[in-house]
Amino acid sequence: MTDQAYNFAYLDEQTKRMIRRAILKGVAIPGYQVPFASREMPMPYGWGTGGVQVSAAVLTPDDTLKVIDQGADDTTNAVSIRSFFERTAGVATTTATRDATVIQTRHRIPEEPLTEGQILVYQVPIPEPLRFLEPRESETRKMHSLEEYGLMHVKLYEDISRHGHIATSYAYPVKVEGRYVMDPSPIPKFDNPKLSGTPAIQLFGAGREQRIYALPPYTQAVSLDFDDHPFTPSKADHPCGLCAATDSYLDEVITDDQGGRMFVCSDTDYCTARQAAGHKGKDAA
Amino acid sequence: MTPLLSVQGITKHYGTHIGCADVSFDLYPGEVMGIVGESGSGKSTLLNCMAGHLAPDAGRVMFDTRKPSGDDAAGHDTYGPRDTVTMSEPERRMLSRTDWAFVHQHARDGLRMGVSAGGNVGERLMAVGARHYASIRDQATDWLGRVEIDAGRIDDRPTTFSGGMQQRLQIARNLVTGPRLVFMDEPTGGLDVSVQARLLDLLRGLVRDMGLSAIIVTHDLAVVRLLADRIMVMKSGRVVESGLTDQVLDDPQHAYSQLLVSSVLQV
Repeated sequence: MTDQAYNFAYLDEQTKRMIRRAILKGVAIPGYQVPFASREMPMPYGWGTGGVQVSAAVLTPDDTLKVIDQGADDTTNAVSIRSFFERTAGVATTTATRDATVIQTRHRIPEEPLTEGQILVYQVPIPEPLRFLEPRESETRKMHSLEEYGLMHVKLYEDISRHGHIATSYAYPVKVEGRYVMDPSPIPKFDNPKLSGTPAIQLFGAGREQRIYALPPYTQAVSLDFDDHPFTPSKADHPCGLCAATDSYLDEVITDDQGGRMFVCSDTDYCTARQAAGHKGKDAA
Repeated sequence: MTPLLSVQGITKHYGTHIGCADVSFDLYPGEVMGIVGESGSGKSTLLNCMAGHLAPDAGRVMFDTRKPSGDDAAGHDTYGPRDTVTMSEPERRMLSRTDWAFVHQHARDGLRMGVSAGGNVGERLMAVGARHYASIRDQATDWLGRVEIDAGRIDDRPTTFSGGMQQRLQIARNLVTGPRLVFMDEPTGGLDVSVQARLLDLLRGLVRDMGLSAIIVTHDLAVVRLLADRIMVMKSGRVVESGLTDQVLDDPQHAYSQLLVSSVLQV
């Protein structure tokens, strides 16, 4: 039941209007970071204030919301954001990827392919891919506007010189439609190929840094690499312990203090659906 | 012969103070120009105006730009001498990472201290589109050798280097894309004399081998004596004397040049 003390989806209409304008601009210029006047939200920075504001701005009363945190529907962050919108917007919620119209995510893209009409909202801690190489905001903006992205390759060069391969495994930079270099938020690089050509709209919100950016449907996003060190999506080399999936991104779970461990799908919805369909891994009870 | 760089009436004021006033000169390919003068005489202001770091209040800096090669040549008929002050910023920045090089007095201003030596040298290559790791690394190794840094230090950060090595690394990083014009701001400042001597030796070799043109700002007359073909003496933002290096240093005409030359300690 909607708490009548709040406007629909917590934010007031003027704020949502402002955020929607930023989103529209972001969609019009894929990969470009649009500044917006981020509001104080009733949760600490780092818990998804950017994603929550974007979700609040795109939610309608008819929407069905799914919230995941590292792929899971049942962790603290996911549960509290889901109940936040149940209370302030009264929208239906689900854990099934295919039933959701708006999916807010932290650090994962669902395994099940997204479809047209769905919106995927990312929580972004640091939107600027060049930040750790160039601390000056004035300079990074200029580099984006002049397409000076050589520095991004310096980071990859450093990886190879130190580790023998590109060791960046999450927040792996992509170039959007041959123009802007974008930080896809800290998703594992396993998910990078799913960014490109997706039928769903992908929106990125960074609350503390006050930036929104977007990938419209069917947008090309190419992971940066070297000719002789091509990009490779990587995952733990195991099948899922519960559903035996070999094509999903896995979490390593320590099960005792004798070195026992198991690998399970990080996408809980994907894993439970497979188990319900009769797939059984070696660690399944 | 077209001058590589033609500076015409460069003036820069800081409020009511004069940074530099009405400086003009031509620099021909392969020539090294020294700019000397005391602190506050406008040497660095002039250099920064020429290198595009500062916008001059008046004057032109004509640079003889190269004809673009290959596919880029189509639709570009704007090569030849162009005013870099009024040129668009993307073009100026492109120049500053291809045809120009800038060696800072303090190596840490010109280096990325958090990035390995190889990454520092490779940055300009990657900035102009190199995307093959092995060839970038080969060129970095080659350049470290040319500035007398052991190839085994390629993955070390500049923070672990001595001051002289940092300065040589900065030079390698700047020269890797084969620039035609090098701006140097007190390249030997802050180094002890034996390291200075090695660095000067190295610079002289590189300038001669690569046929570089260079503009060197310094207050050290020994540096210009060794490196420069011509010098300009600046005082209070104005050029008071200019000419061939040996001529000016051996037979200074202006009172200030005489003072400058006679101030050098003889050991």
